[in-house]
Amino acid sequence: MDKMLLIFRHEFLHTIKRTGFIILTFALPVLALLAIGISHIASGLIKPPAEVTKIGYVDEAGGFEEFTSPGNMTLVRFDTREAATRALIKKDINEYFVIPLDYISAGIINRYTVQKEVTPPSATATAIKNFLSSNLLAWKVPATTVARIEAPLNLVTTTLTATGNVATEQGGLGNLVVPGVFGLLLALALVFSSTYVLQGLGEEKENRLMEILLSSVSTRQLITGKVLGIGAAGLVQVVVWVVSIPFLLNLASSSIGGFISTIQIPANFLVLGVTYFILGYLLFAVLSAGVAAISATVREGQGLASIFTLFAIAPFWFFSLLLVFPNSPIWVVFSIFPFSAPVLVMLRLGMTGVPAWQLAASIAVLVLSIVGGLLLAAKLLRTYILMYGKRPKLVEIIRNLRRG
Amino acid sequence: MPAVEVNHIVKSYADKAVVNDLSFSVAQGEIFGLIGPNGAGKTTTIRMMMDIIKPDSGDVTILGEKLSEASKNKLGYLPEERGLYRKLTAIDSIIYLASLKGMDRHSVEEKADELLNQTGMLPHKGKKIEELSRGMGQIIQFIVTIIHNPELVILDEPFAGLDPVNTELLKRMVADLRNHGKAVILSTHQMNEVEELCDRILMINHGRSVLYGKLPEIQSKYRSNSVLLEFEGKLEEVPGVTEKRTHKGYVELVLDGKTTPQQILERLVSTGITINRFEVATPSLNEIFLKVVGKNHG
Repeated sequence: MDKMLLIFRHEFLHTIKRTGFIILTFALPVLALLAIGISHIASGLIKPPAEVTKIGYVDEAGGFEEFTSPGNMTLVRFDTREAATRALIKKDINEYFVIPLDYISAGIINRYTVQKEVTPPSATATAIKNFLSSNLLAWKVPATTVARIEAPLNLVTTTLTATGNVATEQGGLGNLVVPGVFGLLLALALVFSSTYVLQGLGEEKENRLMEILLSSVSTRQLITGKVLGIGAAGLVQVVVWVVSIPFLLNLASSSIGGFISTIQIPANFLVLGVTYFILGYLLFAVLSAGVAAISATVREGQGLASIFTLFAIAPFWFFSLLLVFPNSPIWVVFSIFPFSAPVLVMLRLGMTGVPAWQLAASIAVLVLSIVGGLLLAAKLLRTYILMYGKRPKLVEIIRNLRRG
Repeated sequence: MPAVEVNHIVKSYADKAVVNDLSFSVAQGEIFGLIGPNGAGKTTTIRMMMDIIKPDSGDVTILGEKLSEASKNKLGYLPEERGLYRKLTAIDSIIYLASLKGMDRHSVEEKADELLNQTGMLPHKGKKIEELSRGMGQIIQFIVTIIHNPELVILDEPFAGLDPVNTELLKRMVADLRNHGKAVILSTHQMNEVEELCDRILMINHGRSVLYGKLPEIQSKYRSNSVLLEFEGKLEEVPGVTEKRTHKGYVELVLDGKTTPQQILERLVSTGITINRFEVATPSLNEIFLKVVGKNHG
């Protein structure tokens, strides 16, 4: 068997047998299951009470007498504030509000409650608002107009293509779910897989195995076999996560309901997802190999590697900004920047249409970076992998690289 | 065809020559000692021979050709800085590293059992490397080095850290390699090991060759023209002896340049003393090492 394949097989089997790998692979679906379970329990706990809520009111302005049963609430009229306060203290009502004499001109409603709150409950506020508007408009406009004023729009957006036809992908939060989840998994897989490469090479360096290996294989065979073997293990991890997603979404649908039905997978997503996973992994892995070469210990290497692995998860830090301005020039730049491109492009695909030129530029830069990274890593490995116990200074590394 | 031919190799780091115009050859069926003080350039020379690092100039031929992936399978290398996968068992370590030398699993298992048995390590084959003592780990590394029946074996400080029993065991195995026609390069600081095992030596200092050739010839070259004598009786003045040095249990007679040891022996017999030991003084390799390295030091 080719020596590169032997290293590939050894690294693949060695990685998937690691306790850390096994725990991580199954921990994510288990954690998701736990989160769904907790969500079910929480949604059961915070369901609105079934019994009717009694809200008192004092009509000092006059004319607010009808529409006193909105939803599961009952509005009870009191003649004076004192009578309403007594009823509140006796717990005959849950709260009360006063419509003052100058309400029409000032628009102020005074609400009284014994509960400590951050903001008034939205259900209560809506009930009071609808009670007021219904009474103000009663007999002046038709009932359907009153209903429309209370719920003036249900915004339905349709995305058209450049030719004016209805687009296949209609956007929305549902469209963001799969790219978002995949982006997150991609970021995790990139970080963990490149960590395995770093640990693998670092341990071989620490255990003084490198020289024995290099007496049998070339640096190129060693890096290629290792990177592909560990990458395949990383792919297995991602497959386990992706396969568990439909099952988890199915379970989750009972708590987040109809939202699941809005999930769409962009047509080009799967192809691009696989492409970016492979390219992103290769880039991070070859750079990890280079970092392992110049690091004295695995721990030190992990510290150095965090400089570029941070870029993989950085798009999530700016997720809210990304959601609002998905086509901002800054995101375009970072979609082409090789360290952030794999995850950022995945996220943007769910939010907006990423132009073909940006995808092409991003993939081209990634491929070039991988080639450059591989040459750099091979050079660093040849130069520094047999240097034990100390890390070379940056100036020294640059000088040696310049010498070729 | 020599097993190794090194021609004028040079390697510098930060403008300092670590190996400087070094040339030598190693024949098949010989044990070749590569010796020198710390930092002399031995390990760098070996790494260039193994194509782990490239020489700045000069070339190396192994078994008649430039080192290639295929010819790497004919080499066994035990580096000074060595280790194994701590979480793997001894047998799995041997199988993986031997497979990288082109052996199939069945052949490895068969040969591994033979070597493990020969070294008394068979009961430990299923243990993880981290569970073995340092010496045991070193024997596993030695097995990994020779299991694929290499034509050339390079051993960098192979006996360091081993107990006397295991040292003798490995010495016998190294001598066996020579007896089977293999070329062995032995790099060590232990001059007694070199005297015991090596046919020829190369001593390097500051990256340059300072001694190269057959061991007896080198010792002869550094001979001090004196004889060692253990005797009973009274030793009078002997013509041809310029100085008499008394050591514990024997005396060293320094001869003038014209008198041979044979002539001195005849003259001693004629004095009537009882001679228990008469030996032409030959300097040990350690003494030659100290003399040469001391002269070149700094």
